[in-house]
Amino acid sequence: MRFQLTDDQRALRAGVRELLTARFGRERLRAAMDAAETPELDRGLWRELGTAGFFSLRLPEAAGGVGLGLPEAVLAFEEAGRVLLPGPLIATHLAAGVVPGAATGETVVTVVDGGGVVEWLGAADVVRGDAAGAVPMRSADPLTPLHRVAGPDSGDRTDVLLTSLLSAAEQLGTAARVCELAAQHARTREQFGRPIGAFQAVQQLCAGILVRVELARAAVYAAAVTADPADIAAARLLADEAAVRGARDCLQVHGGMGFTWESDVHLHLKRAWVRARRPGSVTECEEVLAETLLSEAR
Amino acid sequence: MDLSDTPQEVEFRARLREWLGKALPSLPTKPSPDDWPGRRAYDLGWQRTLYDAGYGDVHWGADPAVRMIFLEETEKAGAPYVGANFVGLLHAGPTIAAEGTGEQRARWLPPVLRGEEVWCQGFSEPDAGSDLAALRTRARRDGDDYVVSGSKIWTSHAEVADWCELLVRTDPDAPKHRGITWLAMPMDAPGITVRPLRTLAGTDEFAEVFLDEVRVPVANRVGEENDGWRVTMVTLSFERGTAFVGEVVACRRVLGELALAARENGRWDDPVLRRRLGRLNAEFRALWRLTQWNVSEASEGVPGVGGSVFKLRYSHARQELYEAAAEVLGEGGAALDLEQPWVLDRLSSLSYTIAAGTSQIQHSIVAERVLGLPKGR
Repeated sequence: MRFQLTDDQRALRAGVRELLTARFGRERLRAAMDAAETPELDRGLWRELGTAGFFSLRLPEAAGGVGLGLPEAVLAFEEAGRVLLPGPLIATHLAAGVVPGAATGETVVTVVDGGGVVEWLGAADVVRGDAAGAVPMRSADPLTPLHRVAGPDSGDRTDVLLTSLLSAAEQLGTAARVCELAAQHARTREQFGRPIGAFQAVQQLCAGILVRVELARAAVYAAAVTADPADIAAARLLADEAAVRGARDCLQVHGGMGFTWESDVHLHLKRAWVRARRPGSVTECEEVLAETLLSEAR
Repeated sequence: MDLSDTPQEVEFRARLREWLGKALPSLPTKPSPDDWPGRRAYDLGWQRTLYDAGYGDVHWGADPAVRMIFLEETEKAGAPYVGANFVGLLHAGPTIAAEGTGEQRARWLPPVLRGEEVWCQGFSEPDAGSDLAALRTRARRDGDDYVVSGSKIWTSHAEVADWCELLVRTDPDAPKHRGITWLAMPMDAPGITVRPLRTLAGTDEFAEVFLDEVRVPVANRVGEENDGWRVTMVTLSFERGTAFVGEVVACRRVLGELALAARENGRWDDPVLRRRLGRLNAEFRALWRLTQWNVSEASEGVPGVGGSVFKLRYSHARQELYEAAAEVLGEGGAALDLEQPWVLDRLSSLSYTIAAGTSQIQHSIVAERVLGLPKGR
């Protein structure tokens, strides 16, 4: 057993991080959210992601893809989650090889997958599923436009499972990032003549964020290796928890600054909320895991 | 990221399984928890069996991944865990192996591996719990002996131990971490009084040990005088990663039993309870993956703080597991009946967030050592 990342996987992670830092750093993030009432999708960046292999990562090389597997995809989506990369990333990734142009980033794909909302409907070239009667809403996340839609999911269990797993990977990235932000602030912000991180109450908050990140990481990576539905359900539950609770606790550590528009913390929390509402809900995951207990104990 | 066994691991697992299948049926009956001589004989006997089969040193000789397979397979097969050999195999032994002289290793290690001698731990004191370095048990030098006076607490297996790994203060004037020395104290030395302590679960799980002018030869000192804190840190870091492998396997089995019991008595129809068990399944699956992650890191020689992260979450999860068990037992007072399965476990699980460093201390360790927050208190 060698659960650790291979050297190639480490290199892939570093490469994705480098690309995203260069092309979607903090300034770009803030500019994107202040640009318009409804955010625009950056087509140039989308094509660059396509060129870099973000969407074709798991397509066989014979089909023009990179020929890698779910573990690599999970690492890439974790990085996307860290920087809050906008766009229907998962839907387009899953459409690679199915919808022409998705793999290269020429075509933007979104999906109606039964969650009651659909992301980035206006920007998508191709919509998988039935988006008839979709109504725009004011999205809580300034970087994810949402429509309310009544359509059922596509019925494709594999796609629902993979969406859940890649969504968990994005949540993991957010959770890890807010952990860093919380620790950074706790190390530098001074009150009572010392950094607030010297207070046990603050230490406890920060340590709690980290514990949830590390547990979620083990669950998400393992699910990427096994692709087992119960493992994916566990990964989803723990990653959602790590991201949402982590962002809330990070906000708390930031005090008044955390409540401002200027801070990035709320962006992480809002995105984490959007991802947590994706299909494969908490209830579903818990029921899958309960049922697995019976089938495995028999 | 690879969760499959290497060819060597496949081979080890298969060989171990086959051996367990033959060895376990001839195991003697497990003694009652109050029968200390019986427990000693049982635990030493199992260690001897392991030793004869070539598994005696698996806890400290082996690669962490092999140790993990050993713990996983023995738990799944229902084999005993280390029991009274815990300190000898997982604390004192590895410390002596790392820090002892050749003579000390030759004297103390083989009897531990062969299942002949039991060790206990004399670390905590009534006024030195989380703040272990505040310990006050005094040792003054008198010729070739240290003369030790003071008291220790929470000492498991003290009744039946042959040796005690003992932390004493040899320099009361030095800063608290600098005046501590690690000694191996023979438990039959004059001046030692052992008083059993009853736990809230009603068992005599551990004891207080009173030391009145106990003479311990200077030759029994491991490491330098006043260097005992560093020696101790070697001990405490040893079991990190694999300490709870068997327990996580056991918890996952209990969770399956809870599900079956709930379906049997109709509680399974309650979606709130069902989902609670589902959530616990996520928790313990992830804890198992975290164990595998930590073991992989340990195999690569990465020191890591996975131990504290794991312990924080696991100790809490274990308590939640037995809270859920009480729900499964349902109406009619079953959850208050100590004869029912899981009820005693619910009580004993309460020690998990306290023993081996409270959750509060673990949070500070994680905050300071992993996240780089300034030292608090």
